[in-house]
Amino acid sequence: MKKILLGFALALGLSASALAAGGFGVPIEKAPNRTNDVAALQNGAKIFVNYCLSCHSAAFMRYNRLRDIGLTDKQIAENLTFATDKIGDTMKASIDPRQAKEWFGANPPDLTVIARSRSGAGYSGADYLYTLLRSYYRDETKPTGWNNLVFPNIGMPHPLWELQGERKPIMEKVTSHGHEVDVLKGWEQGKAGTLSAAEYDQNVGDLVAYLQWMGEPAQNTRVRLGVWVMLFLALFTVVAWRLNASFWKDVK
Amino acid sequence: MAEFKEISPDAPLGQKALNWVDNRFPLSKLFNEHMAEYYAPKNFNWWYIFGSLALLVLVIQIVTGIFLVMHYKPDANLAFASVEYIMRDVPWGWLIRYMHSTGASAFFIVVYLHMYRGLIYGSYRKPRELVWVFGCAIFLVLMAEAFMGYLLPWGQMSYWGAQVIVNLFSAIPFVGPDLALLIRGDFVVGDATLNRFFSFHVIAVPLVLLGLVVAHIIALHEVGSNNPDGVEIKGPGAPRDAQGHPVDGIPFHPYYSVHDIFGVSLFLMVFSAIVFFAPEFGGYFLEFNNFIPADPLVTPLHIAPVWYFTPFYSMLRAITSEMMYALIACVLLGALLGVAKAKLSLVMKGAVVGGAVVLVALMMAIDAKFWGVVAMGGAVIILFFLPWLDNSPVKSIRYRPNWNKWLYAVFVINFLILGYLGVLPPSPVGERVSQVGTLFYFGFFLLMPWWSRLGEFKPVPSRINFKPH
Repeated sequence: MKKILLGFALALGLSASALAAGGFGVPIEKAPNRTNDVAALQNGAKIFVNYCLSCHSAAFMRYNRLRDIGLTDKQIAENLTFATDKIGDTMKASIDPRQAKEWFGANPPDLTVIARSRSGAGYSGADYLYTLLRSYYRDETKPTGWNNLVFPNIGMPHPLWELQGERKPIMEKVTSHGHEVDVLKGWEQGKAGTLSAAEYDQNVGDLVAYLQWMGEPAQNTRVRLGVWVMLFLALFTVVAWRLNASFWKDVK
Repeated sequence: MAEFKEISPDAPLGQKALNWVDNRFPLSKLFNEHMAEYYAPKNFNWWYIFGSLALLVLVIQIVTGIFLVMHYKPDANLAFASVEYIMRDVPWGWLIRYMHSTGASAFFIVVYLHMYRGLIYGSYRKPRELVWVFGCAIFLVLMAEAFMGYLLPWGQMSYWGAQVIVNLFSAIPFVGPDLALLIRGDFVVGDATLNRFFSFHVIAVPLVLLGLVVAHIIALHEVGSNNPDGVEIKGPGAPRDAQGHPVDGIPFHPYYSVHDIFGVSLFLMVFSAIVFFAPEFGGYFLEFNNFIPADPLVTPLHIAPVWYFTPFYSMLRAITSEMMYALIACVLLGALLGVAKAKLSLVMKGAVVGGAVVLVALMMAIDAKFWGVVAMGGAVIILFFLPWLDNSPVKSIRYRPNWNKWLYAVFVINFLILGYLGVLPPSPVGERVSQVGTLFYFGFFLLMPWWSRLGEFKPVPSRINFKPH
């Protein structure tokens, strides 16, 4: 019996490690948790509208939902919407899908729930996006001139290149399990961007926080409400427990 | 017709109203028969909560489902967006939707535990065979309900999961492709499929489900509940009090209703913790890929059904053409044993050999994919036959030989491993393990007539064990 169990355990271990090997070119880093940070979300919304929304829609997200992150209708209308948008509209990209397909080889995906769909085993969608947006490098062999360590041959050129500038990864060959693999040792900054490396990470963190919040705008309400529900149920459970005990104490 | 009861004109209004109804509809009678004077064994343990919980989850699913249908659009172009509309623009829509999605998984959790309870205490044994058979039918129908409901959010996993499962039907010889076409209503999963699955999910299947639940409960209340000791409390020799009520029983209401309120509150704690703090449950209750709208042109790298189907999905994948040799060997071995050991007439032995030869011929002639479908379906269908597979002289695991506990433990672990493997992408090691697991699963049931008689049984007490609280 024990041998059988051991066999099962071994087999599971093997298949699990086989699965872990099929990862990305770089380890996925943890995104900072800022979905409760209104200033970060507002900055993220600004970056999103300026840098993402020209090609990517967020077709299930209404502009006026941005009230939830502390913006007034006036602020939203003046700073974040395109000229023709109404405040109750959803966030639609102005790009023509047919042209996009021609330019980038694929239609830019809708970003409303992107932070939810890109989750995987051991990392959240926010972690993925946070690492993705910080793994771009110059690659002249690609039609767009850009490539990405997390998403090799990505169709999207670096959307935030103005901010980050141009970088090249420093790779080192390492032998592990009898195979030579490239491991990222660090980055080499080429042409500088408008932001320092630390500022860039800070801003990408804000953008990812915004994407995460937009994936489920009710998420913080949900957690806050959940605490009250749990408190009520805890109290109710005590009452139900004592009620049950008082009925059963005389049952012989 | 019952006697028309007059009541004193001075009686309180409530009593008068009840009397008025009782003279026209058996309200008090029904309440007494099924609640206040339905005697259940005193010695229920925590395993006995899951029936009530299943009923609670059914109610949650129906009520939240009604509200979801008010806002959901069963249209391939609108479905995904309408779900996001519910999540964002419908007041409390996110709560309703998470309750429904968590409820689906919760339903299977409580039903699996409920079935396992029946398994270990022999609740399917005479005279409760029909209770069990109705229950298995509920499980089967529940699977159909969950499968069709999963298409409705119209995400990538919805779409491709449905595509894979419906394609399985096309493995059936001769009628398969036409049957798959009939189910889909199109050559690929599309708008027609979505519409018919919606129709089945919101009305046809729930109607059947409700009918079966009623049948399950009526059958149960006719024969009375089993209990952890497997001792009949209403049998001919069981002690009864002056009013003729079983001494080892207790009225369901109020004793088990307060019990259930306590159990329900504990269940709601777990349920709410998931709904409010982890509604995706790490991608198991809401799969990450399902937040990408369905795209018939992009096949996801790895298509896995939701966790509650994965043990059966594993068995489907375990049946490869290699595995067929093992299965053919099992069939031949079974036939050989039947001929050599069983006390059968010559004609029956001939029939066994003939049947085995025909079966082996079919197994070699038809593609392994079809037998995978047979294994997957058979894994559910075989449960229906459990009452007639078990030859043990006692019902409850408490009085069975000790090694039975180990056997049931391995059965559970095996089922969990199959479930885990069904989530993973196929791998050579996983395939072997799932093949061993599949053989064990079927061996457990098919060899039960033999192993359930073996070993040293403990004496069954004449009365239940009950320690006052």
